[in-house]
Amino acid sequence: MSRIFSFHGGIHPPENKKQSLGANIRLAPIPAQLILPLQQHIGKAALPCVAIGERVLKGQKIAEANGRISSSLHAPSSGVITYIGPQPVPHASGLESDCIVIDTDGLDEWSTLSPIADYLSMNKMDLINHIRDLGIAGLGGAGFPTDVKLHLGDDHIINTLIINAAECEPYITADDALMRERSDEILAGIEIIAHLLKPSHILIGIEDNKPQAIKALDQALRASTLNIDICVVPTKYPSGGEKQLIQLLTGIEVPSGSIPADIGIVCQNVGTTAAIYRAVFKGEPLISRVVTLTGYALGHRQNYEVLIGTPFTTLLEAAEVNRTTLFRLVMGGPMMGIGVNDERIPVIKTTNCIIAATEDEMPPALPAQPCIRCGMCEQVCPASLLPQQLFWFAQGREFDKAKQHNLFDCIECGACAYVCPSNIPLVQHYRFAKSEIRTEEFEQQKASHARIRFEARQARLEREAAEKELRRKERAEAAAKQQAERKLAEATPKELNSDEEKAAQIKQLKTAASVARTKLKKANDALKNAREKGLEGIDKLETTILLLEQKANEAQQAWIDAGGEQS
Amino acid sequence: MMSSILIAVVVLLALASVFGIILGFAAVRFRVEGDPIVEQIDALLPQTQCGQCGYPGCKPYAQAIADGDSINKCPPGGQNTIDALADLLDLEAIPLDAEHGEEKPKTVAYIREDECIGCTKCIQACPVDAILGAAKQMHTVIVSECTGCDLCVEPCPVDCIDMIPLPVTPANWKWPAPVSDPSLILTDRGRGQLLQGASQ
Repeated sequence: MSRIFSFHGGIHPPENKKQSLGANIRLAPIPAQLILPLQQHIGKAALPCVAIGERVLKGQKIAEANGRISSSLHAPSSGVITYIGPQPVPHASGLESDCIVIDTDGLDEWSTLSPIADYLSMNKMDLINHIRDLGIAGLGGAGFPTDVKLHLGDDHIINTLIINAAECEPYITADDALMRERSDEILAGIEIIAHLLKPSHILIGIEDNKPQAIKALDQALRASTLNIDICVVPTKYPSGGEKQLIQLLTGIEVPSGSIPADIGIVCQNVGTTAAIYRAVFKGEPLISRVVTLTGYALGHRQNYEVLIGTPFTTLLEAAEVNRTTLFRLVMGGPMMGIGVNDERIPVIKTTNCIIAATEDEMPPALPAQPCIRCGMCEQVCPASLLPQQLFWFAQGREFDKAKQHNLFDCIECGACAYVCPSNIPLVQHYRFAKSEIRTEEFEQQKASHARIRFEARQARLEREAAEKELRRKERAEAAAKQQAERKLAEATPKELNSDEEKAAQIKQLKTAASVARTKLKKANDALKNAREKGLEGIDKLETTILLLEQKANEAQQAWIDAGGEQS
Repeated sequence: MMSSILIAVVVLLALASVFGIILGFAAVRFRVEGDPIVEQIDALLPQTQCGQCGYPGCKPYAQAIADGDSINKCPPGGQNTIDALADLLDLEAIPLDAEHGEEKPKTVAYIREDECIGCTKCIQACPVDAILGAAKQMHTVIVSECTGCDLCVEPCPVDCIDMIPLPVTPANWKWPAPVSDPSLILTDRGRGQLLQGASQ
C-alpha cells in the first residue's frame, strides 16, 4: 500500500449513497426513440454517416469522429433513422443541438462486431484506432476522447497511470456498482491501458466509503499479474477531481495550465476502463453506461445499465417517478450537476447520475446575502484559490484581475458555495466570469483575424492600383514613343518601293502644295484688304505672307522633286 | 577654491556629455517604429472596419483616439471596448455616443441567393473579403469571416442582403450573471411566494 497524501480544503457533505445501492445494476428498457447528440464529448461534433430512413443495427456506426479530438457515435439499438437535426440536449443552456434520432424496432439486433482476440500481438496504433473507432470517451464527466489520452506521442513519457474510482460526489454510485459487479472487466481494461502506456506504477484511487467495491477489486487483482496498487483515500469531496486525486496519490500538484500528462501521469475513469475492455474483447462500441437513478421522488432508486440516447422520461418512468413530489430534476451530482427543465433530453456518454429530488431533499436556494469576508470558502477550496476575491472580481466585472487570480484553475466543485454562510452562488459567478473571458478572447481572436484580412485586402487594392498606374504609364510611354517614331519617319523621306506608294505620296505632296498656295493667296487678299481699309497689323501680315510664300515654294519644290510634274 | 569649482564644472560637463552621447545613441539604436499606443488601441477595437465612428476604418480611429478623440464612438465594440480603452488610456469609461449608433447584438450578413443579380457591388464593399462571387454569378457570405459591419447592405441594388443575429448554440452560449436581489433579507423568504399565491 502506497502512501496517501492530502490536498487543500475539501468538504464532507451528506453522502446519500446508500439509497441507490440496495439492488444490483438493472437493465433499463429500450425506449421507443433514441436521441443521440452529435456532441457528447469534448472536441468537435461528430459527422453523421447515415441518412434519414436508413435502418441501422445495434452497434453500427452512425456518426464519424471529426478531427483528432472527437469521438464517433454508434446506434445503441436497432431501428430506423427518422430525424437528424436540432433536439434538446443535456447542456446547462437548455438549448437545442444537432442529434440523430432512431426509432427503435425492439429487436435489438446486433451488427457484426469485430473483437480483438489477442491485443498483445497487435500493433499499438491499430489498437488505439480500434478504441477510437468504437467511440470510447471518458465516462467520468468531461467526456474527453480516450484514444487521445492513450496516444500522447513522444513528448509525454507516462510513468504513472491513475484509475479514478473515487466517486466523491454525493448520491452517485454508478462507479461503485460497476466495481462491485464487474471488477474483472475493469481489471482487464486496466491491463489494456497499461499495455498501451507502459507505466511503471498503476494506482487505483478509491474512497474508503466503498468497502465492497474495494473488496471486489482486491479479489480481481489477485488474478492479475500487473503491479497495481489500490489506494484507499479518506472520503472527502472533491477527492475525485483529477488534479486532487493526483495530489492525494502522488503528492504532486499539477501546475496551473498544464495537463497531468505533462508530469507523466494519465488519469482514466474506472467506467472508461470497463468500456475499453468491452471494445477490445467483445468489439462493442460505447452504446450504454451505468447511470444512478436516485432521489426521493423515485420509487426504484438504483443503478441502471442505460442505452446512450435514452430520454430521461423513459428512465424516470422505469424508476417509477412520483410526479407529485418531484420538485427538481438534476443531471449529475448535487454539487456539480445542472438542473434540467426538459425531461426529453437523452442520456449521453457523460451522464452518470439523475437525481429526481423532492422539495425537502433539495429546497430552493436561499437568497444570497452580502459577502461578510469570513474566509470559509478559502478554507475549503481544493484548488487553493481565493474564492471570495474571485467573487468580488466577477461581480465587479474585473475579469482581468479574476484571471490573474487563477480563475481558470477553478474546477467548479462547489465546495465554496456549500460552506458560504451568505448563500452566495459562487460557482455561478465563476462560470459567468469564465464564459465572459472566453467570449472576450474569442472576439479578440476574431478581431485580429479580421484585421489581418482587412490589411491583406488593403495591400491587394494598393497593389492593384499601383499595377494599373504602372500599366497606364507604360501605355503612355509606348504611345509617346510611337509618336516620336512617326515624326522621325515623316522627317526623313522614305525609300518608296512600289509605284502605288509613290503615287500616294505625290498626291499628298500635291495637296500640301495647293493648300500652301491657297493659304498664301488668302493671306495676300487679307493684306490687300487691310491696306485698302488702313487696318492695323499690316506688318504681321507681311511677315506671315513671307513665311507662307516660303512654305508654298517648299511644298511645290517637294512635289516637283517627287516627280509630281510628270504625272 | 576657484580650481575646485572648475573641477566640479568640468566633471559635470564630462558626465553630461557622456550621458548625452549614450542617450543619443539609444534614441537612434533602439528607436521604436510607429506609435505603439496606436497599435494597442487598434488591438482593442473590433476590426469591423465599419466606419460608424466617422473614420475610414479601425486603424484611423485608433490614431484619432491616440490624438485625443473620444473613446465612445465605436458601436460594434460597445461598452466592453470603451471599458477596455478607458483601462488602457487611463481615462474615465463613458457611455457610448448614440450619435454613432447603438450597440446591437452580433450579426452576420446573409444574401438571399435567389434574388442576387451578381452585380459584385457588395464584394467591393466588404472590408474583409468575406463575400464570394463573380459578375453575373450568385454571391454568398462566408459566415466565419463576416464581421457584421453592415457595409454590404447599402450598395446592394436589389436589397437582397439581410443582417441576421448570430444564433445562440450550446457552443457559444454564455453563463448568465447570477441575479441577486440585495434588498431581500433572509426573513423575507417566502413572502414573494405568498404574494404570488394571493394573486393567483
